[in-house]
Amino acid sequence: MLPINADFQQDYFSLFNLPHRFQFDSNALEQHYRTLQTQVHPDKFSHLSQAEQRLSMQWATRVNEAYQTLRSPLARGRYLLSLHGVDTQEETNTAMPLDFLMEQMELREALEAARQNKDMAALDELEARVKLTVGELQQQLALELDEKQDYAAASAIVRKLKFMEKVAEEIGAAFDELDS
Amino acid sequence: MALLQISEPGLSAAPHQHRLAVGIDLGTTNSLVATVRNGISVVLNDDDGAALLPSVVRYAADGAVQVGLSAQAEQNTDPQNTISSVKRFMGRGLKDVGDVVDLPYRFVDAPGMLQLRTVAGVKSPVEVSAEILKVLRDRAERSLAGALVGAVITVPAYFDDAQRQATKDAARLAGINVLRLLNEPTAAAIAYGLDNASEGVYAVYDLGGGTFDISILRLSRGVFEVLATNGDSALGGDDFDQRIYCWILEKTGLSQLSANDARLLLTQARAAKEQLSEHMQTQITAVLSGGELVDVTLTRDDFYTMTQNLLARTLQPTRRALRDARLSVDEVKGVVMVGGSTRMPQVQRAVAEFFKQTPLTNLDPDKVVALGAAIQANVLAGNRSEEDWLLLDVIPLSLGIETMGGLVEKIMPRNSTIPSARAQEFTTYKDGQTAMSIHVVQGERELVSDCRSLAKFELRGIPPMVAGSARIRVTFQVDADGLLSVSARETNSGVEAAVAVKPAYGLHEDDITRMLQDGNQHARDDMLARALREQQTEARQLLEAVDNALAQDGTLLDEPARRQIRACMDDLRSVVEGSDHSAIKRGIEALNQATVSFAQQRMDRSVAHALKGHKMSELEN
Repeated sequence: MLPINADFQQDYFSLFNLPHRFQFDSNALEQHYRTLQTQVHPDKFSHLSQAEQRLSMQWATRVNEAYQTLRSPLARGRYLLSLHGVDTQEETNTAMPLDFLMEQMELREALEAARQNKDMAALDELEARVKLTVGELQQQLALELDEKQDYAAASAIVRKLKFMEKVAEEIGAAFDELDS
Repeated sequence: MALLQISEPGLSAAPHQHRLAVGIDLGTTNSLVATVRNGISVVLNDDDGAALLPSVVRYAADGAVQVGLSAQAEQNTDPQNTISSVKRFMGRGLKDVGDVVDLPYRFVDAPGMLQLRTVAGVKSPVEVSAEILKVLRDRAERSLAGALVGAVITVPAYFDDAQRQATKDAARLAGINVLRLLNEPTAAAIAYGLDNASEGVYAVYDLGGGTFDISILRLSRGVFEVLATNGDSALGGDDFDQRIYCWILEKTGLSQLSANDARLLLTQARAAKEQLSEHMQTQITAVLSGGELVDVTLTRDDFYTMTQNLLARTLQPTRRALRDARLSVDEVKGVVMVGGSTRMPQVQRAVAEFFKQTPLTNLDPDKVVALGAAIQANVLAGNRSEEDWLLLDVIPLSLGIETMGGLVEKIMPRNSTIPSARAQEFTTYKDGQTAMSIHVVQGERELVSDCRSLAKFELRGIPPMVAGSARIRVTFQVDADGLLSVSARETNSGVEAAVAVKPAYGLHEDDITRMLQDGNQHARDDMLARALREQQTEARQLLEAVDNALAQDGTLLDEPARRQIRACMDDLRSVVEGSDHSAIKRGIEALNQATVSFAQQRMDRSVAHALKGHKMSELEN
C-alpha cells in the first residue's frame, strides 16, 4: 500500500505536533487527532462550497491515515523507519532467526489444534501469549529506534511484529469460525 | 467554515436565519421524519397526528400511488401491488433474497437489482422507496412552511455500498438533497448521548424490521467515535413473523397459498408476535380465500423456542464487534436498544444477559433514530448549535480487489474510520495497453466468490507503453457517507485515467434520468421548479459563505484576488433571483473555482492555529 500523503508537505508526526520518536504520549495523539478532526471533518463543511468540501475530504482522510499509522505500534515503527529512508522489506526479506521461526511454527500448530478441537479456551490462551510476545517486541523496538538508533535491528523487529500480526489475525478468524 | 475559533463553525452573517433540515429514518417497517425546532429534536406528525409512516406503497392501474396507512389497509386484498419492507430489496439481486416463495410479490430478475412487477409497471426498489421519501418530504415542508435545505437519511450500519447508493438514488428521485447518509446505530447514539450527556463506551443493539446492527461507540468530550460495527443486513423482525407464518402452515397442513392468503397470514403472524410481547399466549384466526378456517393458539414459550436461533444470530456479530473493538463486555457502560423489534421480551432478556446490565430504553425505540438524524442534519445544514460535537464513523465491511486466481486482496480493513483512502499501484501486462478493469468487492473472506461484488471500475486513457512500465496509481476513497469512489493516474506521464463505474447492484445514471422523466407533465413541471429552487438555495448559501470568509480571512488574499472573487459573486447575484437554473449553476461553478486557493489557505491557517493552541496549553502545564 502506498501512503496517501505523497502530496502533502508534513509528515505524520509533525501533523500532530509529536516528537519523531517511537514512544510518545498516546493521550497527546488522541487529543491532537480530535482537535484536527474538529477543524477539518466533512461534517463541518457540508453546507459550504464544493472546493472546501473537497479540501475537507482530503484533509480528514489524511488526518485519519496519519492517526491510524501512529496509533498502531507496527505501522508507527514502519513509518518512522521510512522517514529515515529505511525500507522494512516485510514482503521480501523472509530470513528469520531460528528460534523465532520455531516459535511461529509452535503457535501455528497450537492454533490448528485449537481450531480442530473447537477449543475456545485454548484460543484465549494463544491470544494472551501472542499479546505478551508483541508487548516485548514493542519494547525492544522502542529501544532500537529511540535509544540506539539501530535501524537495521529495528527493521528486523518490525518484520517479526508483522509475523505476529498475521498470527493474531488468524486467531481472530478462528474465533469467528468457532463462533458460528 | 472552520476558522480560528474552534467552537463556532459556519457562523452565519444573519444569525437568526435557521436553515430547514430534517432527519429521515427510512425504515423497513415504518419511516419517520424529524427536525430540530427551538433547539429540540422532534418528530413531525402527519395531519392525523401520527408520527410513524408505514413503509408500504401501493400502485394502482391508473398510476395512482398510495403510501402508508391507506396502502397498508389494502395489503390483504391487493398483495401483489402493495409493496412492504422494500428496504430488504434495495441494492439486492433476486438470488440474495431468500424465501421469496413466501412473499406475495411478482419479482423480476434483472441485472443490477431485482425489480417488482406491479399493475402500474415494473418498479425498482429505488422507485418504491422514493415514494415513501416524497411523502416525508411533503410532510416536512408543510410542517416547516418552507423548502428544505437537505436531509440526513439513515441506513443500517451494515449496509454495503450498493445498498447505500440505492438509498441515495431514491432520495434523488424524491427531490431530496442528501446532507449525509448516517448509520442508524450512530444516529441513536447521538440522540441518547446528547440526552444523557454521559461519557464512556456504549453498545447500540439495533434490531429493526429487516436489518440488525450492533455498534460499539465511545463518547468522550463531545466526540462520538465508532470503534466497531457489525450486523446482518438480512435479519430482523420480519424473520420472526416468518417463523410464526411457517408454524401456522405446519399446524394447519396448508401449503401453496395464493398471494392474498399468504399476505393475510403474514399480517396475522405479525399481530401475534406483537401480542406475545404483552401476553403469554395469543389466538390466530383467519378465513382464507377458499373458505378454510385457521384457528390456532400460540404460546410465548413456543414462540421463544422457534425463534431462539434468530436471537443467537444477533449475538454472534455482537461478539465480533466487541473483539474488533478489543473490549470485553465489562467495559461497556451502557446498552441502547433501537428498533421496534427490541420490544420483544426475549430480546431484552437476551441482551441484558449478554451485557450483564439492563439496557437503556428511555427513548422510544421507534423514534430514536430519526431524532438523532435530525440533530445531525441541523449541524450539517449550518445552523449554530449550543454544543459542538464530532461524529467519527467507520466502514462496516472490508474493501478488497480481485487478484489472480479469484483471490481477494484487502485494501481497506473493516472498521476503518471514514473518510479514508488507500492507494495501490498497478501496471500493464500487454504492450500498448490503454485500459484496465478493477473489480472491487466487500467482505471478509479470501475468495472473490465469497464476497459481495461492489463494482467493476474501468480505467481508460492510459498512455500506451511497453508492458510493465506503466505506473498506474489507483486511489480508493471512501467518503463520509461510506461510499467508494476511485481515481487513477499514470504517474510517469501524470495522465489521469477516466474511470467508468459499472456497479454490480445499482442503477445506472440513465435509469435515474429515465425515472425522473417518467410521470406526467405536472410532475415534470414540479421537478423543474424544484431544481430551480435548489440551485437558488445553493447559490445563496455559497454567497453567504464566501462573504463570511472574506470578512474573516480576506487579508490572506491580495487585492486582485479579492476583486476577482467579488466579481464572481456579483455575477452570481445577478442571476440567482431569475429563473435560468443553468446560468445559476454556471455562476456557482465559477465562484467555486475562484475560491479554491483561498479555501486552501484558510484550511492551512486553521489547522496551524488549532495545533498552536495545543502547543500553548502544553507549555502552560
